Amino acid sequence: MLATSGPNGFLDAASGQRLHPAARAALLAAYDDGWADPARLYAAGRRSRLLLDAARASVAASLGARPDEVAFTSSGTAAVHLAVAGLARGRARAGDRLVTGAVEHSCVLQAGRAMESAGGSMRTVPVDHTGRVDVERYAVELAEPGVALAALQSANHEVGTVQPVELVAQAARAAGVPLLVDAAASVGRTSVPSDWDVLTASAHKWGGPSGVGVLAIRTGVRWRSPSPDDPREGGRVPGFPDVPAVLAAAAALEAVDAEREMLAARATALVARIRDQVPVLVPDVQVVGDPEHRLPHIVTFSCLYVDGESLVSGLDLAGFAISSGSACVADALVPSHVLAAMGVLTHGNVRVSLPYDVTEAAVDRFLQVLPDVVARIRTDAGAVGL
Amino acid sequence: MYGSGRLGSGSHRTDEGCAVSDLVIDERGRLCPLPVIALGRAARDLPPGSVIELLADDPAAAYDVPAWCQLRGHDLLEADLGRFLVRLRAPEPS
Repeated sequence: MLATSGPNGFLDAASGQRLHPAARAALLAAYDDGWADPARLYAAGRRSRLLLDAARASVAASLGARPDEVAFTSSGTAAVHLAVAGLARGRARAGDRLVTGAVEHSCVLQAGRAMESAGGSMRTVPVDHTGRVDVERYAVELAEPGVALAALQSANHEVGTVQPVELVAQAARAAGVPLLVDAAASVGRTSVPSDWDVLTASAHKWGGPSGVGVLAIRTGVRWRSPSPDDPREGGRVPGFPDVPAVLAAAAALEAVDAEREMLAARATALVARIRDQVPVLVPDVQVVGDPEHRLPHIVTFSCLYVDGESLVSGLDLAGFAISSGSACVADALVPSHVLAAMGVLTHGNVRVSLPYDVTEAAVDRFLQVLPDVVARIRTDAGAVGL
Repeated sequence: MYGSGRLGSGSHRTDEGCAVSDLVIDERGRLCPLPVIALGRAARDLPPGSVIELLADDPAAAYDVPAWCQLRGHDLLEADLGRFLVRLRAPEPS
């Protein structure tokens, strides 16, 4: 029977998951109540404003921030770009270098490349085999003169390894360098680190709609808007915010925060099952990422002699949606910089990321079909018994 | 590691101490995992201690050849500019 990855086989939540029911309800209601310009003083505008303020207060509380520290952007990537460019601008007199980890989201590394193009520089701190950044190297880089800002993810979006944010934050504080924490992989899944000067996140990772990012800047941090002047979002993000989408994002975050411990415990156990079973069921597999200090819902493994594209389409035909960091799946035909920096196998790569509504049965069925899909690809490639 | 003394038996060295391969595999222009599959086939067919020279220009090979060596316990003698020199794991000493 030919299936395509249906609702139960969706295991790519880290790329974006279906709207949480609470978000869907909030979105529909907000199209009636929150459509007007929140900057206008008539009744409909004031109503939009109240709704936007309530959403901001709710998201701020979840992130451990003050409401006036939180601005909404059009995506997580836009939030990171504004965070990096604004800190670089605010710290221009201190330096023009970004220090960051080697396995950051590509939007952080691209923001660093933009600094390089503008005459600045970027230093990427290496990671170990689990993807954890080298704290001592990080501290050495931070202590060098000319550093404008540091950026570190809360946890890795491809392999799930949690980063030592607290230790890097201490080193950054000692060096007087502001720290951007990219918390996109963690928000809505685990507790959020408190040691940050600027924090970014993305709503579609926690069951909110796409098109909503979060830029939180602590009071007193030297951040200067890199955009032309615009009074919206406290002067931090130009343009009329999508109030209904922001409300839906806040509703989703409240809903998943309320159940976070239960959801995390369930995902942690299911990922542990995948981590344990895959090497037993499939020969020649490398399960990567930190087995303990990890996000609840992400697990990545690579199958020797298997090409990633065949794996993605083979699993899709078997009813499962997963993503892959293998080169053949990428537009540029280069492997995931995360896997490369970790020094692990890059071909035959599978990232499973569990949505909140994943079922135990779906995970078991995935473990049931995976060995056959891998075996078929290896047979077709003549890569059996090697 | 070129000529660093990690190169094993004398049969794989010239007088200058350079490694000489028993087999050259040219996988240039082919994408991963094909170069690694070719290595796997060669490893199956050659005796332990043999040295294989792999030419592979796929960027992924730079990561996947070392990872394969690690998984299989073979020695990666050199890895440089799309050229890899692998010595197959010697049999366990009796």
